[in-house]
Amino acid sequence: MKRIKRRYLLLEYEVDGAIEEHAFMATIWAAFYKLYGEHGASLANLAPINFDCGDKKAIIRTNLAVVDNIRTAIASITFLAGKPIAVHVTAVSGTIRGLIKKALS
Amino acid sequence: MKRTFADLHLRTNTTDLRQVAMLTAKAAELGYKMVSTPLPPTMNLDEIRRLKAKCGEFGLDFASRLDIRPRNQNELLTQLRKMRRRFEIICVLCESKETARQAAKDRRVDLLSFPSLDYRRRFFDCAEAELAKGGNAALEIDTKPLLVLEGPQRVRFLSTLRREVSIALEFRVPVVISSGAAEPLLLRKPMETAMLTSLFGLQISKALDAISTNPVGMVERNRAKLKTDFVAPGIRQVKEGNR
Repeated sequence: MKRIKRRYLLLEYEVDGAIEEHAFMATIWAAFYKLYGEHGASLANLAPINFDCGDKKAIIRTNLAVVDNIRTAIASITFLAGKPIAVHVTAVSGTIRGLIKKALS
Repeated sequence: MKRTFADLHLRTNTTDLRQVAMLTAKAAELGYKMVSTPLPPTMNLDEIRRLKAKCGEFGLDFASRLDIRPRNQNELLTQLRKMRRRFEIICVLCESKETARQAAKDRRVDLLSFPSLDYRRRFFDCAEAELAKGGNAALEIDTKPLLVLEGPQRVRFLSTLRREVSIALEFRVPVVISSGAAEPLLLRKPMETAMLTSLFGLQISKALDAISTNPVGMVERNRAKLKTDFVAPGIRQVKEGNR
């Protein structure tokens, strides 16, 4: 079976106050679903890896084939639970170690 | 070579320096090197210099821009005659076909902008593109409506943009992507902006050109024209001769 290549994305978000990981992931799913539909969402294999509420950073994992679509969906997020929010992709890598290295450089 | 990214359409109240500072600081943080905001036509050179200095504090190059919303062809020509030499970028907000056509063929116009939501008044078709190609004007697209619109309105907007971008590419009319944002949370990194443009069929390399090479090239060309030694395209005065 062909191995599925994955990518890890380091995200930084700007929002007033604290948000929960569940709400954050639900917003990314909703944005992706809105732009690419059920078929697109089924290809994403999106999963949360780490969520740091204090630093307002998160790491998510997705399939390589849809990284660009995920980035587009993330850029289109403007609200989370009624609060204005902006989410930025800081780094993309094939491994978590590589991601952290990129983020620190 | 590293690209210089530009956002030529920040919507700020230019009299409120605090708001200008907030938005430009965010733009600098996101990786832009050049910004611009529509200025009132009455703004004098000292005020423009003050704005440039404010943006310079954040390492940004500020380009002065004027948005013209003419009611007819004559008004457009009058305003261009009066304002062209005072501003580095002239954008025409085309609200009628007559002004859109005139703006497209006039070499003094840099950017053509169309109302986002009124699809009947988006006059960027093949004829407009043909004129714009000869006249040096670029098509400006704001990303803000992509972020704030939802549902059928966004679908309609995307489909209109897809058509316009394909016409612009076919006729080799430069496309300039700007944010059109009035709040820092609506600003996106250049790469994210490029990704958003993939929604209406712009390839990533063309999208990056639309936020770097095209706007920066336009401003540099205009700055060269506004210098006192400029005579005509390709000709400039090197030194004064003896009389």
